[in-house]
Amino acid sequence: MKFLCIDCDEVMTFAERELPGDGTLAAVFECPDCGREMAMLTNPMETKLVSGLGIQVGGRTVPDQPLELVRSSVTTGDEKAFADQPLTTGTVRWSEAAAERLQGVPGFVRGMVKKIYGEYAVERGIEEITPEIMDRARQDLGLEGM
Amino acid sequence: MTERTRKIRTYHQVADPSSEDIVGQIEAQRSKLADRLADIDRLVVVASGKGGVGKSAITANLAALLAERGRRVGAIDADLHGPSLAAMLGADRTPLVVSEHGVEPAVGAAGVRLMSMDLVLSDGAPLEWRQPDVAGFVYQSTLDTGAVRELLADVVWGRLDLLLIDAPPGTDKLARLLELLPVIDTLLLITTPSEAARRAVGRAVQQARGAGISTIGLVANMTVHECPDCGRSEPMFEADGATQLATETGLELWAEVPFEPRFAVATDAGRPLVLEAPESPAALELDRLAARLENPTSETP
Repeated sequence: MKFLCIDCDEVMTFAERELPGDGTLAAVFECPDCGREMAMLTNPMETKLVSGLGIQVGGRTVPDQPLELVRSSVTTGDEKAFADQPLTTGTVRWSEAAAERLQGVPGFVRGMVKKIYGEYAVERGIEEITPEIMDRARQDLGLEGM
Repeated sequence: MTERTRKIRTYHQVADPSSEDIVGQIEAQRSKLADRLADIDRLVVVASGKGGVGKSAITANLAALLAERGRRVGAIDADLHGPSLAAMLGADRTPLVVSEHGVEPAVGAAGVRLMSMDLVLSDGAPLEWRQPDVAGFVYQSTLDTGAVRELLADVVWGRLDLLLIDAPPGTDKLARLLELLPVIDTLLLITTPSEAARRAVGRAVQQARGAGISTIGLVANMTVHECPDCGRSEPMFEADGATQLATETGLELWAEVPFEPRFAVATDAGRPLVLEAPESPAALELDRLAARLENPTSETP
């Protein structure tokens, strides 16, 4: 799938992606010449078809995680299937409120989510992960349901 | 009516970094899988066109036997919707450890390193995917294949002499597995003497040859039953479909495993028969098969 700006005869490039959490996806593309933007909106079925391949439209925002597809897509996983991981990533701390919110994430996928947020904080020099940081990371990284 | 003069470049005429990135992601997946398998000397797929012929029991016993013989052995249960290998190998049930290198495999009988959906699913729960409310079947094979790819590529197998892959029944699933794997050293096709198995496994032979698999061994399971009282052997089936299949396809029967009730009992208990009763007829036949797997180009010992 490619998007062509007809006026400029230029291929439009990926700009940003949004995952509102209802299974749909919005991917914004823009013309590098005239700056015209367009949004590609996919329904839950189209979104799943792409994510089921283990790929992300516009490229990955975080490195792929071990058993990512299994852990993010299986609904009947054992809460205790994976060993818990420490709350610290390097020197990053989790606030009490953030840790509490993390407990709301199903155990099957919690370790993976924790790691992604931890790495997000480390890369940006954030010392403490708070619920606000989690929201920002979710938005920046396009983490549906995390 | 005005003549249409606008000419839009075609898909292949347009270079697009975004779409190339998607191709790049697929290539990265394949590359990751190849890297992981590079540390494994021999990849053995245990399959059949037919269900219920004993693929998993034979896989579990072969894995344990090879490990007992000093080989470094891994086993993957690619039957996502009917996983049984972890139970048959008596795998430890401690939570799986995720490191920066991937997921550490569980350990089963004789030290076999293994991975199965059975280890990650809730007890007794079927594998269910998060999917849209309608037409879930559209995504199922994509998700299933992706999961098998992850079981192969995301598990820290380390250096292995052999990795055994217990394939799910059905030629469709075998086809996906063959497509996923960069190379297959040996394909074991398990059959029984039944006519139904002969037909189904015959299709799998064709499929495997079409996929370019050069080393294919037929294994006839549940061939005869030995009476525990008088010791007389009787065929389990009226037909001799396994021998017929070997003749029709020109493939060699690498093993003919007799039926033994204790085989099933030991397997259900997570204690492979080859370890529990190594002198039993089935275990001895599996021992010969294991030796053949260690050196698949040799004649039957």
